[in-house]
Amino acid sequence: MKGNKKSPYLFLAPYLTLFTLFIVVPVVMAIFLSFTNFNTIETPNFVGFMNYINLLTQDEIFMQYVLPNTILFAVIVGPGGYILSFLLAWVLAQLPKLPRTVFALIFYSPSMTAGIAMAVVWRVIFSGNQSGYANHILMTLGVINEPIIWLQDTRYILVIMIVVALWSSMGVGFLAMMSGVLNIDQTLYEAGAIDGIKNRFQELIYITIPSMKPQMLFGAVMAIVGTFNAGAIGVQLTGANPTPSYAGQLMVNHIEDYGFIRFEMGYAAALSVVLLLIIYLFATISKKLFSEA
Amino acid sequence: MAFKSSGINPQKFHVSQLKFYLFLVPFAIFMALPIIFIFNHAFKPLDELYAFPPRFFVSNPTLENFQNLSQLAEQSGIPLSRYVFNSLFVTVIVVFLSLALSTLAGYALSKKQFRGKKMLLEVNNTALMFVPIAVMIPRFLTVTTIGIEDTYFAHVLPLVAMPVGLFLIKQFIDQIPDSLIEAAVIDGATDFKIYWRVILPLIKPAIATAAILAFQLVWNDMETSNLYTTSENMRTLAFFMNTLAAQTNVVVGQGMAAVASMIMFVPNLILFVFLQSKVMNTMAHSGLK
Repeated sequence: MKGNKKSPYLFLAPYLTLFTLFIVVPVVMAIFLSFTNFNTIETPNFVGFMNYINLLTQDEIFMQYVLPNTILFAVIVGPGGYILSFLLAWVLAQLPKLPRTVFALIFYSPSMTAGIAMAVVWRVIFSGNQSGYANHILMTLGVINEPIIWLQDTRYILVIMIVVALWSSMGVGFLAMMSGVLNIDQTLYEAGAIDGIKNRFQELIYITIPSMKPQMLFGAVMAIVGTFNAGAIGVQLTGANPTPSYAGQLMVNHIEDYGFIRFEMGYAAALSVVLLLIIYLFATISKKLFSEA
Repeated sequence: MAFKSSGINPQKFHVSQLKFYLFLVPFAIFMALPIIFIFNHAFKPLDELYAFPPRFFVSNPTLENFQNLSQLAEQSGIPLSRYVFNSLFVTVIVVFLSLALSTLAGYALSKKQFRGKKMLLEVNNTALMFVPIAVMIPRFLTVTTIGIEDTYFAHVLPLVAMPVGLFLIKQFIDQIPDSLIEAAVIDGATDFKIYWRVILPLIKPAIATAAILAFQLVWNDMETSNLYTTSENMRTLAFFMNTLAAQTNVVVGQGMAAVASMIMFVPNLILFVFLQSKVMNTMAHSGLK
């Protein structure tokens, strides 16, 4: 195509400027700061791998609570929410348009609440006295005898966080996968039937999933992002950072704790880098699973 | 005998779909409960909020909670309308800028040949997994370094570049045939004219989708109010609503909190209901390879 050779760059420049400034630079800066000791007032001084070594050897809270919590939360909410989204997307695709749209709206709605405004409502539902909704229902059913202080009880905080995060996990990825199922070429199913596909399950494994790998991957990436974005929920639910006895403490909260409460920015940056690496690792695994090579 | 038909996207109801409804209906009820709860709770008068045993549905709806909420804001010195204005203003600007920038960049990335294109696509795809709160500290430092702290710029600029928006728009432009653009070039159209007259009208569904995503991101965002502003009158509705969560007066607070959640949720819902068919259309091209 003819035309101005510089024009693609002109079209890209505004986006790239802001992209660089608020996405690339912060990531690079995090990597740089993670090798320094920085308290926001004095200039950062280089400390090599000290922050990472401290993270692995000194930070008992990290090793004892934050890391296991994060892994548990991420493993259940990530793949769990993802499988749930896919199943719902697949089931919905078997319905006519009107009921499908209504159900899709209901499932998608929680993700629009973005957790934040909702934290308030969860606090009411899980309030600790006997007129709290969760307590009242369970007591009426005879499951428990006395009210449980859900959001301060170290045994339940993480469980509630996981339930809330799963509840709001049917987001963009869910819509993408639903649309993926709907757009599969119908003749593939007919061909499959002739080739000896016997039931819906086989159809799912041999036709549906392989035909929508790109959407599956997009859904997976969105699930990962959603999972780690939801990481702040514990602090919102319990109303404190750190959460009681660190029971609901995830990496995101730990970063905030060190960065904005203790002002150990270098150490917080090292935590950020570790978190980004974990996210990248999850995404790489998804790519291995769904890449079309 | 061969297995008959998948029944994907059927035209009408069939008995074989019943089992799906059996699974979906209870699940949908469970998913919808917290949202129905907000709508009921927001209109409960004080005695119903206090009621024991707690009741789910409201019986004598009232607007008391709405009044309490606006009074509470008044007491803190800043009228609720200020937060609403801030939120609306910031949201409109971010959505508009984000769409403008993503469509411009999407056009270049999809239809232009230039050096570094492959790498840029790769970088943007990687950035799909960008989780802003993971790097909140360097982002905060960036904002203070360029000196936009406590201004509207601090609300707007960090949120404008949205990798997901660009990705969806670029994928959508990919399926516009090159011949259309070539025809426009032969007619003597400039690059910008092609973008304005050919590309934009054809990608309305993708624009609508990116708009919804941007809206949700900005409208619900607290990071900018929390970290990049210091004066109370620069903060947004999302932030104010969230500070309500810290309210100690549990019972009265509950009703207001429900009102707050409702105010935050309803615009998202309306937008999605209106644009959902466009969203589904765009999502068909959301595949990541």
